[in-house]
Amino acid sequence: MRRFTYHEPDSLTGAIALLEENGAKAKLLAGGTDLIIEIKQEAKTPDHLVSLRSVPGLQDMEYSNRELSFGAMVTHRMIEKSELIREKFSLLSDAVDNLGSVQVRNVATIGGNLCSAAPSADTAAPVMALQATLVVKGPAGERRIPIEDFFKGPGKTALEPAEILCCISIPALPEGAASCYIKHARRKAMDLPLLGIAVIIVPDDNIVCREARIALTLAGPIPFRATKAEAFVTGKPLSRQIWEQAGEIAVSESNPRTSFRTTAEYRKKMICALIPRAAEVALQRINRAWMKG
Amino acid sequence: MDERVMAMKISFNLNGEDVSINIDDHITLLEMLRDSFELYGAKEGCGYGECGSCTVIVDDMAINSCLMLAVSVNGRTVVTVEGLAGPRGELDPLQQAFVDRGAVQCGFCTPGMIMSAKALLKEKSNPGEEEIRKGMAGNLCRCTGYSKIVEAIKCASEGGCSCGKGF
Repeated sequence: MRRFTYHEPDSLTGAIALLEENGAKAKLLAGGTDLIIEIKQEAKTPDHLVSLRSVPGLQDMEYSNRELSFGAMVTHRMIEKSELIREKFSLLSDAVDNLGSVQVRNVATIGGNLCSAAPSADTAAPVMALQATLVVKGPAGERRIPIEDFFKGPGKTALEPAEILCCISIPALPEGAASCYIKHARRKAMDLPLLGIAVIIVPDDNIVCREARIALTLAGPIPFRATKAEAFVTGKPLSRQIWEQAGEIAVSESNPRTSFRTTAEYRKKMICALIPRAAEVALQRINRAWMKG
Repeated sequence: MDERVMAMKISFNLNGEDVSINIDDHITLLEMLRDSFELYGAKEGCGYGECGSCTVIVDDMAINSCLMLAVSVNGRTVVTVEGLAGPRGELDPLQQAFVDRGAVQCGFCTPGMIMSAKALLKEKSNPGEEEIRKGMAGNLCRCTGYSKIVEAIKCASEGGCSCGKGF
Protein backbone atom coordinates (compact mmCIF):
# COMPACT_ATOMS: atom_id res chain seq x y z
CA MET A 1 0.00 0.00 0.00
CA ARG A 2 1.07 3.57 -0.70
CA ARG A 3 2.65 5.40 2.22
CA PHE A 4 0.78 7.94 4.31
CA THR A 5 0.98 9.49 7.75
CA TYR A 6 -1.52 8.20 10.28
CA HIS A 7 -2.96 10.56 12.85
CA GLU A 8 -5.08 9.55 15.80
CA PRO A 9 -6.25 12.77 17.46
CA ASP A 10 -7.96 12.46 20.84
CA SER A 11 -10.44 15.25 20.26
CA LEU A 12 -12.78 16.40 17.55
CA THR A 13 -11.10 19.81 17.53
CA GLY A 14 -7.80 18.07 16.90
CA ALA A 15 -9.29 16.06 14.04
CA ILE A 16 -10.82 19.17 12.46
CA ALA A 17 -7.49 21.01 12.76
CA LEU A 18 -5.65 18.15 11.04
CA LEU A 19 -8.17 18.12 8.21
CA GLU A 20 -7.90 21.89 7.82
CA GLU A 21 -4.11 21.83 7.91
CA ASN A 22 -3.75 19.10 5.29
CA GLY A 23 -6.68 19.98 3.05
CA ALA A 24 -7.30 17.65 0.13
CA LYS A 25 -4.25 15.58 1.07
CA ALA A 26 -6.03 14.30 4.17
CA LYS A 27 -8.80 11.73 4.46
CA LEU A 28 -10.89 10.94 7.48
CA LEU A 29 -10.64 7.30 8.56
CA ALA A 30 -13.61 5.67 10.29
CA GLY A 31 -13.85 1.86 9.97
CA GLY A 32 -11.73 1.86 6.83
CA THR A 33 -13.58 -0.94 5.05
CA ASP A 34 -14.05 1.31 2.01
CA LEU A 35 -11.14 3.72 2.37
CA ILE A 36 -8.36 1.16 2.87
CA ILE A 37 -9.56 -0.70 -0.23
CA GLU A 38 -9.59 2.55 -2.20
CA ILE A 39 -6.04 3.33 -1.04
CA LYS A 40 -4.89 -0.17 -1.98
CA GLN A 41 -6.43 0.30 -5.42
CA GLU A 42 -4.93 3.81 -5.58
CA ALA A 43 -8.38 5.18 -6.30
CA LYS A 44 -7.59 7.53 -3.41
CA THR A 45 -4.08 8.68 -2.61
CA PRO A 46 -4.14 10.61 0.67
CA ASP A 47 -0.88 11.66 2.32
CA HIS A 48 -2.59 11.85 5.70
CA LEU A 49 -5.18 9.65 7.37
CA VAL A 50 -7.01 11.16 10.31
CA SER A 51 -8.53 8.38 12.39
CA LEU A 52 -11.55 9.07 14.59
CA ARG A 53 -10.85 5.99 16.72
CA SER A 54 -9.66 7.90 19.79
CA VAL A 55 -12.15 10.76 19.67
CA PRO A 56 -14.35 10.25 22.72
CA GLY A 57 -18.11 9.95 22.45
CA LEU A 58 -18.34 8.93 18.82
CA GLN A 59 -19.22 5.34 19.72
CA ASP A 60 -22.03 6.27 22.08
CA MET A 61 -25.57 5.18 21.47
CA GLU A 62 -28.44 6.60 23.49
CA TYR A 63 -32.21 6.57 23.48
CA SER A 64 -33.86 9.21 25.59
CA ASN A 65 -36.68 11.74 25.31
CA ARG A 66 -38.05 9.79 22.36
CA GLU A 67 -34.89 10.33 20.39
CA LEU A 68 -32.27 7.84 19.30
CA SER A 69 -28.86 9.36 18.86
CA PHE A 70 -25.66 7.64 18.03
CA GLY A 71 -22.13 8.68 17.30
CA ALA A 72 -20.78 8.43 13.77
CA MET A 73 -18.32 5.70 14.84
CA VAL A 74 -21.05 3.33 15.99
CA THR A 75 -20.44 0.15 14.03
CA HIS A 76 -23.01 -1.77 12.04
CA ARG A 77 -22.50 -4.64 14.46
CA MET A 78 -23.45 -2.46 17.43
CA ILE A 79 -26.67 -1.56 15.64
CA GLU A 80 -27.26 -5.20 14.69
CA LYS A 81 -26.95 -6.28 18.31
CA SER A 82 -29.12 -3.52 19.76
CA GLU A 83 -32.43 -4.98 20.95
CA LEU A 84 -33.80 -1.47 21.34
CA ILE A 85 -33.18 -0.66 17.69
CA ARG A 86 -34.63 -4.01 16.61
CA GLU A 87 -37.77 -3.28 18.57
CA LYS A 88 -38.28 0.39 17.84
CA PHE A 89 -36.50 0.97 14.53
CA SER A 90 -36.60 -2.47 12.95
CA LEU A 91 -35.86 -1.19 9.45
CA LEU A 92 -32.44 -0.08 10.67
CA SER A 93 -31.73 -3.59 11.98
CA ASP A 94 -32.84 -4.97 8.59
CA ALA A 95 -30.33 -2.69 6.89
CA VAL A 96 -27.33 -3.84 8.90
CA ASP A 97 -28.25 -7.54 9.23
CA ASN A 98 -26.99 -8.45 5.78
CA LEU A 99 -24.42 -5.75 5.21
CA GLY A 100 -21.03 -7.23 4.26
CA SER A 101 -19.93 -9.91 6.71
CA VAL A 102 -19.51 -10.11 10.47
CA GLN A 103 -15.89 -9.01 9.98
CA VAL A 104 -16.98 -5.95 8.01
CA ARG A 105 -19.86 -5.08 10.35
CA ASN A 106 -17.50 -5.26 13.34
CA VAL A 107 -15.50 -2.31 12.04
CA ALA A 108 -17.58 -0.49 9.42
CA THR A 109 -19.40 2.49 10.88
CA ILE A 110 -22.75 4.11 10.16
CA GLY A 111 -21.00 7.47 9.79
CA GLY A 112 -18.68 6.00 7.19
CA ASN A 113 -21.58 4.37 5.37
CA LEU A 114 -23.44 7.68 5.13
CA CYS A 115 -20.43 9.90 4.37
CA SER A 116 -19.06 7.62 1.65
CA ALA A 117 -22.44 8.34 0.03
CA ALA A 118 -22.25 5.25 -2.15
CA PRO A 119 -25.56 4.95 -4.02
CA SER A 120 -25.71 1.42 -2.61
CA ALA A 121 -25.30 2.42 1.05
CA ASP A 122 -27.58 0.13 3.03
CA THR A 123 -28.25 2.53 5.88
CA ALA A 124 -29.22 5.44 3.61
CA ALA A 125 -32.85 4.51 2.87
CA PRO A 126 -33.75 3.65 6.49
CA VAL A 127 -32.09 6.80 7.79
CA MET A 128 -33.99 8.85 5.16
CA ALA A 129 -37.29 7.24 6.15
CA LEU A 130 -36.46 7.86 9.81
CA GLN A 131 -36.02 11.59 9.09
CA ALA A 132 -32.64 11.72 10.76
CA THR A 133 -30.76 14.88 11.52
CA LEU A 134 -26.99 14.81 11.11
CA VAL A 135 -24.91 16.82 13.54
CA VAL A 136 -21.66 17.95 11.93
CA LYS A 137 -18.77 19.95 13.32
CA GLY A 138 -16.18 21.89 11.41
CA PRO A 139 -13.93 24.94 11.53
CA ALA A 140 -17.02 27.18 11.55
CA GLY A 141 -18.64 25.34 14.44
CA GLU A 142 -21.59 22.97 14.64
CA ARG A 143 -24.55 22.66 12.33
CA ARG A 144 -27.43 20.26 11.85
CA ILE A 145 -28.22 18.88 8.42
CA PRO A 146 -31.56 17.17 7.73
CA ILE A 147 -30.85 13.87 6.00
CA GLU A 148 -32.85 14.89 2.92
CA ASP A 149 -30.28 17.66 2.30
CA PHE A 150 -27.23 15.48 2.93
CA PHE A 151 -26.73 13.41 -0.22
CA LYS A 152 -25.65 15.53 -3.18
CA GLY A 153 -24.65 12.85 -5.67
CA PRO A 154 -22.81 9.54 -5.82
CA GLY A 155 -19.92 9.97 -3.37
CA LYS A 156 -20.92 13.56 -2.65
CA THR A 157 -22.42 14.97 0.52
CA ALA A 158 -23.29 18.35 2.01
CA LEU A 159 -20.17 18.18 4.21
CA GLU A 160 -17.86 21.17 3.77
CA PRO A 161 -14.07 20.68 3.79
CA ALA A 162 -12.83 19.74 7.28
CA GLU A 163 -16.37 19.11 8.50
CA ILE A 164 -16.93 15.89 10.40
CA LEU A 165 -20.18 14.00 10.94
CA CYS A 166 -20.40 13.47 14.70
CA CYS A 167 -23.85 12.30 15.52
CA ILE A 168 -26.98 10.93 13.89
CA SER A 169 -30.17 11.85 15.63
CA ILE A 170 -33.41 10.01 14.94
CA PRO A 171 -36.82 10.94 16.37
CA ALA A 172 -38.93 8.08 17.75
CA LEU A 173 -41.58 6.75 15.41
CA PRO A 174 -45.22 7.50 16.15
CA GLU A 175 -46.99 5.02 18.43
CA GLY A 176 -48.04 1.87 16.57
CA ALA A 177 -45.66 2.39 13.64
CA ALA A 178 -44.34 -0.55 11.68
CA SER A 179 -41.29 -0.61 9.45
CA CYS A 180 -39.22 -2.74 7.13
CA TYR A 181 -36.18 -2.40 4.88
CA ILE A 182 -35.70 -4.79 2.01
CA LYS A 183 -32.23 -5.15 0.60
CA HIS A 184 -32.74 -6.69 -2.80
CA ALA A 185 -29.51 -8.47 -3.67
CA ARG A 186 -28.37 -11.65 -5.36
CA ARG A 187 -26.67 -13.07 -2.28
CA LYS A 188 -27.47 -12.90 1.41
CA ALA A 189 -23.98 -11.74 2.40
CA MET A 190 -21.01 -9.88 0.95
CA ASP A 191 -23.14 -8.24 -1.70
CA LEU A 192 -24.39 -4.78 -2.50
CA PRO A 193 -28.09 -4.20 -3.01
CA LEU A 194 -29.60 -3.89 -6.48
CA LEU A 195 -32.29 -1.87 -4.77
CA GLY A 196 -33.01 -0.75 -1.22
CA ILE A 197 -36.60 -0.16 -0.07
CA ALA A 198 -37.46 1.34 3.31
CA VAL A 199 -41.08 1.58 4.38
CA ILE A 200 -42.61 2.99 7.55
CA ILE A 201 -46.36 2.72 8.08
CA VAL A 202 -48.48 4.16 10.85
CA PRO A 203 -51.87 2.41 10.71
CA ASP A 204 -54.93 3.49 12.65
CA ASP A 205 -57.34 1.07 14.35
CA ASN A 206 -59.30 0.50 11.15
CA ILE A 207 -56.19 -0.40 9.15
CA VAL A 208 -56.23 2.89 7.36
CA CYS A 209 -52.79 4.34 6.71
CA ARG A 210 -52.37 7.42 8.87
CA GLU A 211 -48.80 8.10 7.78
CA ALA A 212 -46.43 6.45 5.34
CA ARG A 213 -42.79 6.98 4.52
CA ILE A 214 -41.12 5.31 1.58
CA ALA A 215 -37.40 5.79 0.92
CA LEU A 216 -35.47 4.23 -1.92
CA THR A 217 -31.82 3.66 -2.76
CA LEU A 218 -30.47 2.79 -6.21
CA ALA A 219 -33.75 4.00 -7.67
CA GLY A 220 -31.92 7.19 -8.64
CA PRO A 221 -28.46 8.73 -8.29
CA ILE A 222 -29.09 9.55 -4.62
CA PRO A 223 -31.41 8.07 -1.99
CA PHE A 224 -34.79 9.78 -1.95
CA ARG A 225 -38.29 9.72 -0.48
CA ALA A 226 -41.07 8.69 -2.87
CA THR A 227 -43.28 11.52 -1.70
CA LYS A 228 -46.01 11.08 -4.33
CA ALA A 229 -46.39 7.42 -3.43
CA GLU A 230 -46.45 8.39 0.25
CA ALA A 231 -49.19 10.96 -0.36
CA PHE A 232 -51.19 8.44 -2.40
CA VAL A 233 -51.36 5.81 0.36
CA THR A 234 -51.98 8.24 3.20
CA GLY A 235 -55.58 8.13 4.42
CA LYS A 236 -56.34 5.03 2.35
CA PRO A 237 -56.99 1.48 3.55
CA LEU A 238 -53.89 -0.65 3.93
CA SER A 239 -54.69 -3.03 1.11
CA ARG A 240 -52.38 -4.83 -1.27
CA GLN A 241 -54.06 -3.22 -4.25
CA ILE A 242 -53.40 0.31 -3.03
CA TRP A 243 -49.78 -0.45 -2.23
CA GLU A 244 -49.30 -2.01 -5.64
CA GLN A 245 -50.47 1.27 -7.11
CA ALA A 246 -48.08 3.07 -4.75
CA GLY A 247 -45.28 0.96 -6.23
CA GLU A 248 -46.19 2.17 -9.71
CA ILE A 249 -46.28 5.78 -8.54
CA ALA A 250 -42.86 5.33 -6.92
CA VAL A 251 -41.51 4.07 -10.25
CA SER A 252 -42.68 7.31 -11.87
CA GLU A 253 -40.65 9.19 -9.24
CA SER A 254 -37.58 7.04 -9.83
CA ASN A 255 -34.71 7.30 -12.22
CA PRO A 256 -32.69 4.11 -11.81
CA ARG A 257 -29.72 3.41 -14.04
CA THR A 258 -28.49 0.41 -15.91
CA SER A 259 -25.19 -0.72 -14.41
CA PHE A 260 -23.11 -3.86 -14.60
CA ARG A 261 -25.18 -5.19 -11.71
CA THR A 262 -28.58 -4.96 -13.37
CA THR A 263 -30.76 -2.92 -15.70
CA ALA A 264 -32.92 0.12 -15.07
CA GLU A 265 -35.95 -1.85 -16.30
CA TYR A 266 -35.39 -4.60 -13.78
CA ARG A 267 -34.99 -2.09 -10.99
CA LYS A 268 -38.30 -0.46 -11.95
CA LYS A 269 -40.10 -3.80 -11.90
CA MET A 270 -38.64 -4.59 -8.51
CA ILE A 271 -39.67 -1.21 -7.09
CA CYS A 272 -43.25 -2.18 -8.01
CA ALA A 273 -42.89 -5.60 -6.47
CA LEU A 274 -40.97 -4.71 -3.33
CA ILE A 275 -42.84 -1.66 -2.04
CA PRO A 276 -46.00 -3.71 -1.31
CA ARG A 277 -43.82 -6.53 0.01
CA ALA A 278 -41.98 -4.24 2.42
CA ALA A 279 -45.31 -2.82 3.60
CA GLU A 280 -46.69 -6.33 4.11
CA VAL A 281 -43.67 -7.43 6.17
CA ALA A 282 -43.96 -4.24 8.24
CA LEU A 283 -47.62 -4.97 8.95
CA GLN A 284 -46.85 -8.58 9.88
CA ARG A 285 -44.41 -7.28 12.45
CA ILE A 286 -47.22 -5.60 14.32
CA ASN A 287 -49.48 -8.63 13.82
CA ARG A 288 -51.54 -7.00 11.15
CA ALA A 289 -52.43 -8.13 7.66
CA TRP A 290 -53.64 -6.39 4.52
CA MET A 291 -57.18 -5.15 4.60
CA LYS A 292 -59.22 -7.36 2.29
CA GLY A 293 -60.71 -6.05 -0.96
CA MET B 1 7.41 13.79 3.08
CA ASP B 2 9.33 13.19 6.24
CA GLU B 3 9.88 9.44 6.53
CA ARG B 4 10.34 9.69 10.29
CA VAL B 5 6.76 10.67 10.98
CA MET B 6 5.40 7.74 9.03
CA ALA B 7 6.19 5.12 11.66
CA MET B 8 4.79 4.70 15.13
CA LYS B 9 5.59 2.71 18.22
CA ILE B 10 2.62 0.62 19.25
CA SER B 11 2.00 -1.77 22.12
CA PHE B 12 -0.67 -4.42 22.19
CA ASN B 13 -1.44 -7.88 23.47
CA LEU B 14 -0.71 -10.58 20.91
CA ASN B 15 -1.83 -14.11 21.68
CA GLY B 16 -1.62 -13.45 25.42
CA GLU B 17 1.71 -11.66 25.38
CA ASP B 18 2.31 -7.90 25.65
CA VAL B 19 4.35 -6.76 22.68
CA SER B 20 5.70 -3.46 21.32
CA ILE B 21 6.92 -2.68 17.84
CA ASN B 22 7.80 0.23 15.59
CA ILE B 23 5.58 -0.07 12.58
CA ASP B 24 5.08 2.01 9.46
CA ASP B 25 1.74 3.79 9.26
CA HIS B 26 0.67 2.19 5.98
CA ILE B 27 1.28 -1.42 7.05
CA THR B 28 -1.83 -3.53 7.53
CA LEU B 29 -2.35 -5.70 10.58
CA LEU B 30 -2.05 -8.75 8.31
CA GLU B 31 1.32 -7.62 6.97
CA MET B 32 2.59 -6.91 10.45
CA LEU B 33 1.47 -10.28 11.80
CA ARG B 34 3.11 -12.16 8.96
CA ASP B 35 6.21 -10.07 8.23
CA SER B 36 7.13 -8.76 11.69
CA PHE B 37 5.82 -11.47 14.01
CA GLU B 38 6.19 -14.41 11.61
CA LEU B 39 2.68 -15.57 12.33
CA TYR B 40 1.69 -17.10 9.03
CA GLY B 41 -1.74 -18.44 9.99
CA ALA B 42 -3.71 -15.45 8.75
CA LYS B 43 -3.46 -15.34 4.97
CA GLU B 44 -4.03 -12.84 2.24
CA GLY B 45 -6.63 -14.25 -0.12
CA CYS B 46 -8.24 -11.26 -1.80
CA GLY B 47 -6.75 -8.37 0.17
CA TYR B 48 -10.11 -6.56 0.00
CA GLY B 49 -12.14 -7.95 2.88
CA GLU B 50 -14.14 -10.32 0.72
CA CYS B 51 -12.74 -13.77 1.48
CA GLY B 52 -12.04 -13.82 5.22
CA SER B 53 -8.79 -15.83 5.06
CA CYS B 54 -7.04 -13.01 6.96
CA THR B 55 -9.56 -13.11 9.83
CA VAL B 56 -8.13 -12.57 13.32
CA ILE B 57 -9.80 -11.55 16.56
CA VAL B 58 -9.30 -8.01 17.86
CA ASP B 59 -10.91 -7.23 21.22
CA ASP B 60 -13.13 -10.32 20.90
CA MET B 61 -14.31 -9.36 17.42
CA ALA B 62 -13.54 -11.17 14.19
CA ILE B 63 -12.09 -8.68 11.73
CA ASN B 64 -10.39 -8.70 8.34
CA SER B 65 -6.74 -8.01 9.15
CA CYS B 66 -6.08 -7.03 5.52
CA LEU B 67 -8.29 -3.95 5.97
CA MET B 68 -7.08 -2.89 9.41
CA LEU B 69 -4.03 -0.71 9.85
CA ALA B 70 -1.46 -2.19 12.20
CA VAL B 71 -1.18 1.13 14.05
CA SER B 72 -4.85 0.96 14.96
CA VAL B 73 -4.39 -2.10 17.21
CA ASN B 74 -2.36 0.00 19.62
CA GLY B 75 -3.61 -0.81 23.12
CA ARG B 76 -5.84 -3.65 21.95
CA THR B 77 -5.87 -7.43 22.16
CA VAL B 78 -5.15 -9.49 19.06
CA VAL B 79 -5.60 -13.24 18.81
CA THR B 80 -4.50 -15.22 15.77
CA VAL B 81 -4.97 -18.92 15.08
CA GLU B 82 -1.52 -19.47 16.61
CA GLY B 83 -2.90 -18.23 19.92
CA LEU B 84 -5.56 -20.92 20.26
CA ALA B 85 -3.56 -24.01 21.17
CA GLY B 86 -2.71 -24.66 24.82
CA PRO B 87 0.77 -24.33 26.39
CA ARG B 88 1.77 -27.88 25.43
CA GLY B 89 0.43 -27.52 21.93
CA GLU B 90 -2.90 -29.18 22.66
CA LEU B 91 -5.45 -28.08 20.13
CA ASP B 92 -8.37 -25.86 20.95
CA PRO B 93 -11.62 -27.90 20.86
CA LEU B 94 -12.61 -25.98 17.74
CA GLN B 95 -9.36 -26.90 15.98
CA GLN B 96 -9.80 -30.52 17.08
CA ALA B 97 -13.36 -30.50 15.71
CA PHE B 98 -12.08 -29.27 12.33
CA VAL B 99 -9.60 -32.15 12.29
CA ASP B 100 -12.10 -34.77 13.42
CA ARG B 101 -14.84 -33.68 11.05
CA GLY B 102 -12.59 -33.41 8.01
CA ALA B 103 -13.33 -29.70 7.73
CA VAL B 104 -9.94 -28.97 6.21
CA GLN B 105 -9.20 -29.52 2.54
CA CYS B 106 -6.46 -27.36 1.03
CA GLY B 107 -6.32 -25.49 4.34
CA PHE B 108 -5.88 -21.98 3.02
CA CYS B 109 -9.18 -20.70 4.43
CA THR B 110 -8.93 -22.74 7.64
CA PRO B 111 -7.23 -20.25 10.02
CA GLY B 112 -9.73 -17.57 9.01
CA MET B 113 -12.63 -20.00 9.32
CA ILE B 114 -11.48 -21.04 12.78
CA MET B 115 -11.06 -17.46 14.00
CA SER B 116 -14.52 -16.47 12.72
CA ALA B 117 -15.98 -19.56 14.36
CA LYS B 118 -14.12 -18.83 17.59
CA ALA B 119 -15.62 -15.33 17.76
CA LEU B 120 -19.03 -16.71 16.88
CA LEU B 121 -18.96 -19.35 19.64
CA LYS B 122 -17.72 -16.84 22.17
CA GLU B 123 -20.76 -14.74 21.45
CA LYS B 124 -23.26 -17.55 21.02
CA SER B 125 -22.28 -20.79 22.69
CA ASN B 126 -24.86 -22.93 20.94
CA PRO B 127 -25.68 -21.51 17.51
CA GLY B 128 -28.09 -23.17 15.11
CA GLU B 129 -27.05 -24.06 11.57
CA GLU B 130 -28.50 -20.87 10.11
CA GLU B 131 -26.70 -18.78 12.74
CA ILE B 132 -23.45 -20.58 11.97
CA ARG B 133 -23.86 -19.99 8.24
CA LYS B 134 -24.68 -16.32 8.79
CA GLY B 135 -21.77 -15.88 11.19
CA MET B 136 -19.40 -17.51 8.70
CA ALA B 137 -20.69 -15.67 5.62
CA GLY B 138 -17.52 -13.59 5.39
CA ASN B 139 -15.30 -16.64 4.95
CA LEU B 140 -14.97 -18.30 1.58
CA CYS B 141 -13.70 -21.85 1.01
CA ARG B 142 -12.55 -22.41 -2.54
CA CYS B 143 -12.67 -26.16 -1.96
CA THR B 144 -16.36 -25.56 -1.12
CA GLY B 145 -16.10 -27.68 2.00
CA TYR B 146 -18.78 -25.74 3.78
CA SER B 147 -20.89 -28.64 5.11
CA LYS B 148 -18.00 -30.14 7.04
CA ILE B 149 -17.01 -26.71 8.35
CA VAL B 150 -20.53 -26.06 9.63
CA GLU B 151 -20.59 -29.55 11.19
CA ALA B 152 -17.25 -28.97 12.90
CA ILE B 153 -18.44 -25.70 14.41
CA LYS B 154 -21.66 -27.37 15.58
CA CYS B 155 -19.54 -30.15 17.09
CA ALA B 156 -17.40 -27.69 19.02
CA SER B 157 -20.40 -25.73 20.27
CA GLU B 158 -21.87 -26.19 23.71
CA GLY B 159 -24.69 -28.38 22.48
CA GLY B 160 -22.31 -30.55 20.46
CA CYS B 161 -23.60 -32.60 17.58
CA SER B 162 -24.80 -36.09 16.90
CA CYS B 163 -21.51 -37.38 15.51
CA GLY B 164 -20.75 -39.08 18.80
CA LYS B 165 -17.38 -37.41 19.22
CA GLY B 166 -18.73 -34.34 20.98
CA PHE B 167 -16.76 -32.02 23.19
